[in-house]
Amino acid sequence: MSAISELSSMSRRKGPVSQEEKRASRRDNKAAYIFLLPWLVGLVVITVGPMLMSLYLAFTDYNLLQPPEWTGLDNFTRMLGDARLHNSLRVTFTYVLVGVPLQLAVALLIALVLDKGLRGLPFYRSVFYLPSLLGGSVAVAILWKQIFGTTGLVNQVLAMFGIAGPGWISDPSTSLGSIILLHVWTFGSPMIIFLAGLRQIPNMYYEAAEVDGATTLQKFWRITLPMLSPIIFFNLVLQIIGSFQSFTQAFIVSGGNGGPSDSTMFFTLYLYQKGFGQFDMGYASAMAWFLLLIIGAFTAVNFIASKYWVFYDD
Amino acid sequence: MTKLQTLPAPEQEQGPGGKTPGSRTRGNRTRGNAGRPRESRGTLAFSRSARVKALAKHALLIITGGIMIYPLLWMVVSSLRPNDLIFRDPGLWLNSLEMGNYTDGWSALSHPFGHYMLNSAIVVIGSILGNLISCSMAAYAFARLQFSGKKLFFGIMLLTIMLPFHVVIVPQYILFSQIGWVNTFWPLIVPKLLATDAFFVFLMVQFIRGIPKELDEAARIDGAGHPRIFLRVILPLMVPALATTTIFTFIWTWNDFFGALIYLTDPEMFTVPVALRAFVDSQSATSWGSLFAMSIVSLLPVFLVFLFGQRFLIKGIATTGIK
Repeated sequence: MSAISELSSMSRRKGPVSQEEKRASRRDNKAAYIFLLPWLVGLVVITVGPMLMSLYLAFTDYNLLQPPEWTGLDNFTRMLGDARLHNSLRVTFTYVLVGVPLQLAVALLIALVLDKGLRGLPFYRSVFYLPSLLGGSVAVAILWKQIFGTTGLVNQVLAMFGIAGPGWISDPSTSLGSIILLHVWTFGSPMIIFLAGLRQIPNMYYEAAEVDGATTLQKFWRITLPMLSPIIFFNLVLQIIGSFQSFTQAFIVSGGNGGPSDSTMFFTLYLYQKGFGQFDMGYASAMAWFLLLIIGAFTAVNFIASKYWVFYDD
Repeated sequence: MTKLQTLPAPEQEQGPGGKTPGSRTRGNRTRGNAGRPRESRGTLAFSRSARVKALAKHALLIITGGIMIYPLLWMVVSSLRPNDLIFRDPGLWLNSLEMGNYTDGWSALSHPFGHYMLNSAIVVIGSILGNLISCSMAAYAFARLQFSGKKLFFGIMLLTIMLPFHVVIVPQYILFSQIGWVNTFWPLIVPKLLATDAFFVFLMVQFIRGIPKELDEAARIDGAGHPRIFLRVILPLMVPALATTTIFTFIWTWNDFFGALIYLTDPEMFTVPVALRAFVDSQSATSWGSLFAMSIVSLLPVFLVFLFGQRFLIKGIATTGIK
């Protein structure tokens, strides 16, 4: 049971509260709040408080030195006219809309190949999973910067075939692609979730289909995909939320400036520049809330659309 | 432990911690032993075509896996090569071992690289302790105690898992800078002490739900209160969940770049990721060798944790989807 399915089932789970439960609840209240104390303090001081504060700051001009000055919708109208911000949105959307489906497709494909009682599964699984653990590190971003550099590994290999490759990272038309590739490379963790999901599909469905003479492709479309749809949905939501927040790779690969010519200026990178480079805290807060709205909208659309394609067995 | 089993790990490993108490298989929904599922179908014919198919699969996996791992291996090899070869040799052969990149890289910044490793270690250990203590406490309350507002708080906890940290980072920074914590490790550790990594709360709630309630009831009849039940009954049984939390916290904190970038501006306080970044900035592209060498050094702890903690990592991912 994942956090996402738990969340979506919460509204449905409303049992009657018995007298005994009420009594038990009164008995446990004090103990519960003591156990929850660190979390509650964190919720107020680290999460909800700062959220409200950032909502307030979004309507102010604040540079850390002078007190915040209320400017109403100023930050948001500024955002409307900020071409660099629009570009950063385009970059981020491209990254999410290309990178996430591509990564999940590879993850599913490899999971399918690994699923059927293959020898050496633990070994293969480790090989495919390792990059997703390292992928978020500065070290791998540095590696990527070299691999796709003008004299990097990729071009060295291409040169062996007599092809002169471009400077992938210094060319605005390929720089984002290189970072998307880095994202796809880290398909290991969704792959493991897919593997777990595939294991859940009862074998009898396949046996029955085989008796009926179904082809491999038919079995995939009619059994595997529908049965796996909750897992696909879970991975999709998770990866979209995560990808919108990508930062390290773009920061390191572009040397912190989102270059060349803003082609890797992710929304979060621009937010960082505004907030922690120029200390334009009000604007950064407005951007953060805009990001929250975008992620919220994507997640909501995902949940609504899931009613039409996600199939629940029970 | 029905909740935890809804997404069983790809391989149902045995051994200590591999299974939680009270686990049971669910009739025909589980496919029996790992490694050899669906074999009943294969009995018709372990034919030549099946063998060819398996061979093709292995070939596909080895090629794909090779491409995946190649850059990493190449980085290791390059870190042991003289600089000029890095720009010419895409192969993995080593004619001689050059340790110069490592010695150069180790002392390239204002402090020896070990200093940054030590800083990272402090932050990592603090974060692990914080997550273990505070998340397990919250999880116990959510999984075992009845209290007013439970559903609401639980819902909020789940939502915070999905909340982008950018929404809180600006005010958090202001808060920490106002109490003078910029250029200290506190902003990186204190949130963990306050259970803000809600993934782990959720992971532990799922785990505790799988522990038979009879155990705490028995302890209660013996006169144990909640602190005692938590410490003596639940905690010892949730070691696998604690191990998963430890491992993921280690890797995430070790890799954390954004937090360190914002809060640690004094080179004295740099953790490994920001030190590496400073290295990139300070050197021109000609010193890839030592840059790679320190990159390898920085990845080594993560790799070791991966090597020894794989089982928990995979279980953790399969059950909650944390990376």
